[in-house]
Amino acid sequence: MAVVEGEVEPLHRALGLTDGEYGDIVDILGRTPNHLELALFGVMWSEHCSYKSSRIHLRRLPTEGPGVLVGPGENAGVIDAGDGIAVAIRIESHNHPSAIEPHQGAATGVGGILRDIFTMGGRPLALMDPLSFGPLDDPRQRWLLEGVVSGISSYGNAVGVPTVGGELTFDPCYEQNPLVNVLCMGALPVERLVLGAASGPGNLVVLLGSSTGRDGIGGVSVLASAGFDGAEGTDVDRSKRPSVQVGDPYEEKRLIEACLELLDARLVVGIQDLGGAGLACATSETAARGRVGMEVDLSAVPRREVGMQPWELMTSESQERMLAIVTPGDWPAVAAVCERWEVRASVIGRVTEPDVEDGRPVARLRIREHPGGPVLADVPAGALADEGPRYDRPMARPADFERRLGEGPERLDPPADCGADLLALLLDPSWVYRQYDHQLFLNTVEGPGGDAALLRLAGPGLPPSRRGVAITTDGNPRWCAVDPRAGTAMLVAEAVANLACVGATAAAIVNCCNFGNPEHPVVMWQLSEAIDGMAEACRGLGLPVIGGNVSLYNESGGADILPTPVIGALGLVETLAHRPPGMAWEEGSTILLVGPVGPHPSPALGGSRWAVECRGERAGRLPALDLEAHRRVVGFVAGLVAAEVGCGAGLVGAVHDVSGGGLGVALAEMAIAGHTGARVGGIESHLELFAETPSRFVVATGRPDELAAWAREAGLEATVLGTAGGAELVVDGLVGLSVDRLAGRWLDALPGALGEPG
Amino acid sequence: MAERTGVVVFPGTNCEHDVAQALALVGAEPVLLWHGEATVRGVDAVVLPGGFAHGDYLRPGAIARFSPVMEAVAAFAASGGPVVGICNGFQVLTEAGLLPGALQKNRALRFMCRPVDLVVASDRSPLTAGVPVGTRLRIPVNNFDGSYVCEDRVLDELRAEERVVLRYVENPNGSVDDIAGICNAQRNVVGLMPHPERASDELIGSADGLVLLRALLSARVA
Repeated sequence: MAVVEGEVEPLHRALGLTDGEYGDIVDILGRTPNHLELALFGVMWSEHCSYKSSRIHLRRLPTEGPGVLVGPGENAGVIDAGDGIAVAIRIESHNHPSAIEPHQGAATGVGGILRDIFTMGGRPLALMDPLSFGPLDDPRQRWLLEGVVSGISSYGNAVGVPTVGGELTFDPCYEQNPLVNVLCMGALPVERLVLGAASGPGNLVVLLGSSTGRDGIGGVSVLASAGFDGAEGTDVDRSKRPSVQVGDPYEEKRLIEACLELLDARLVVGIQDLGGAGLACATSETAARGRVGMEVDLSAVPRREVGMQPWELMTSESQERMLAIVTPGDWPAVAAVCERWEVRASVIGRVTEPDVEDGRPVARLRIREHPGGPVLADVPAGALADEGPRYDRPMARPADFERRLGEGPERLDPPADCGADLLALLLDPSWVYRQYDHQLFLNTVEGPGGDAALLRLAGPGLPPSRRGVAITTDGNPRWCAVDPRAGTAMLVAEAVANLACVGATAAAIVNCCNFGNPEHPVVMWQLSEAIDGMAEACRGLGLPVIGGNVSLYNESGGADILPTPVIGALGLVETLAHRPPGMAWEEGSTILLVGPVGPHPSPALGGSRWAVECRGERAGRLPALDLEAHRRVVGFVAGLVAAEVGCGAGLVGAVHDVSGGGLGVALAEMAIAGHTGARVGGIESHLELFAETPSRFVVATGRPDELAAWAREAGLEATVLGTAGGAELVVDGLVGLSVDRLAGRWLDALPGALGEPG
Repeated sequence: MAERTGVVVFPGTNCEHDVAQALALVGAEPVLLWHGEATVRGVDAVVLPGGFAHGDYLRPGAIARFSPVMEAVAAFAASGGPVVGICNGFQVLTEAGLLPGALQKNRALRFMCRPVDLVVASDRSPLTAGVPVGTRLRIPVNNFDGSYVCEDRVLDELRAEERVVLRYVENPNGSVDDIAGICNAQRNVVGLMPHPERASDELIGSADGLVLLRALLSARVA
């Protein structure tokens, strides 16, 4: 390998490639790459596209299950939901663009994930947006939050896909590096399922949608695969703003309709979205998957700027574009569909026979300025798409890990006033979700604000079904900072518990791994531990992981964010005919705590909201999670609620799982939802009030004896906590607050922090 | 009976399937009408559904009024045919001059998606015929530009002629006179910001919108 060291940074380094990677490229090509070829490798071998730091760890996740039609590695995971309907799901991050330009960063995140779904033939039916920011007393955080929410709102609403939920997390670790994750769920008739592969030498390579500009060049390599240098309080890396793409939901809406019409009419043999790494990614991935060659004619690429260089055309991340493989015979029909939807369609290349090298076929990507012109780049497609570097980066457990586990918040003095701490933990996120259309398609039975979203499994072009589909996202930097392995396992447990609250049985999960700089050994340890925790929980609960996204380099000024894996879970309901009970209890209902049979160990409060947000204490140990017991409790509750949504059994009046903020927050949220107080006893101390011990549900019922008997039969415990009623929430010896006071604080928390009237 | 009901689809419209589904629930036969064709294909009533016609570029409805189908809709309205604009459809009707006034940004300068309580203010429209004045309905709004404004002279006319069809019980967006829906002087063209189709089943929160859609189904072609 010969790298000339000089005053000027070598080109490959400027493109984000290491000296070692450059050497590998020279070996693959058997010669020195030219500028265009190097640019292709630069984007395709970026952390964002190649998963080079995480891939060896991701292999440890279980990915198979009875209903899985498509697992990780494709544009989206797909499961068979029954009745001839397949459900596609995917989660992604758009953290770095959103840190720089929150409105466009978040908007294009929505656009990108939608394309991943309709690329598979699915009509996008629902979005969810887990968001993390620094505390809102900092004006920059308010700017970020308002910008991100307006970006999701303006794009998602206009493109016509409802945003049915999400999460809002605040922690100082996100001040310079907010997290903007987005999950999309879509559905399709099973027979419309398509994969992003090219086939049939002689077929046309057609670019659909927007023209290609200079926006988003280097998005994956410059932005997403490096941290921010900016020190706290400065305007973070403003110079990277041109690397942020600009979205146009109207273009995307027409693109969705045109593509679904093309797929329904079976006019395409393969289709692939253009996202990160643009044409470089779409051409090399479709060619590599189909094991065919591809010739690209750059002169045919519609462009919105003059003087664009070949490397710019190939790596631009201009939004709202798709690549379709079409037979020459179908091309007139394809062009007609696109014309009707006012979607630009251009033939930019052809599928070719693979070359034969050393007796084996090699799919080569050849790029020319114009047909018959000189070859500008000639690389094996697989080398770009599949043969990126794999790193087993050094890992190190933090030296104080064991010590911190032993320094639990249980040792802290109890609060003088549990009620004041409880009030501080309440927050109504409706300021966010009221800006999102969460009802389009008339499927939203339980929308944002509940434990999980519950939708009818229906949509334009789908066969009729009485089934329901539930989705939820869960992230928790407090838990994962204490113990990334146990914390991530708890997230999976939390996600399936949320699904149970709307009567759904979990079918699959996807994950979005938001971590710091993988070149920091502690970060790699966090990532590896989180993946192990996820794998253990999924095995214990019998769940496949059908997709994921890894976002690394979430750091600024050398400081990494707390480990923030986000779990997206998909659940199914056999019959959805009635609304789920929700959190609102009624006057006179008996309040039960349903969970595993005791004896229960003394509660652990490490990583709890009370410890972190009320006391600033981040050390300690997480509560224990028994996966077998969890599976039993969750199955029991999902069954109870499924009977409510299926046939209106009338046994469960209200249900809510115990999670962030513990039993205290769960009871307060139920009181607020029902505008009804309660008198509750048997909660011994603030430890029991605020512990986030998993596998527990608060259930309100008018028939407590019956419910308790069912619980006993299932090998579970249903303890009577008290009775709903009155205008006050009283927890004997700990809390006495009027429901008005609770609701007032809950409603005002977010608008108040944003300086707005509630 | 307005059995065959046209549902106009502009590029960027996104509520056409929902409206068609809700119309089918009350027994109507929905017929999708493509914006590029200057015909309403002999339907008995026309609905302009919500969405973002032509991306809401310039301002909502500003481009959609020039779509060929709007000539046919205007002719249908002039002949007395019932026309209903929901949300973006209402915006298109004001831009096309088929209804007076305009829809401006909500008072809070933000998109708003939530259920609101409405009261029927006039039963003399194809959407409220047979629904007693004072009837309360819970139907969602979903818009950024939902605040109705008009000149004082127009407001006086709307009031004097009882052309305010629906009012908000609690004004969510700053609309003048709490207006949620109005009709034209001939009373056959109605625009409203709330989405009746989103209140078409108790399973999704409310079935109150069916009251309005049933009235439309019974509307007589004048």
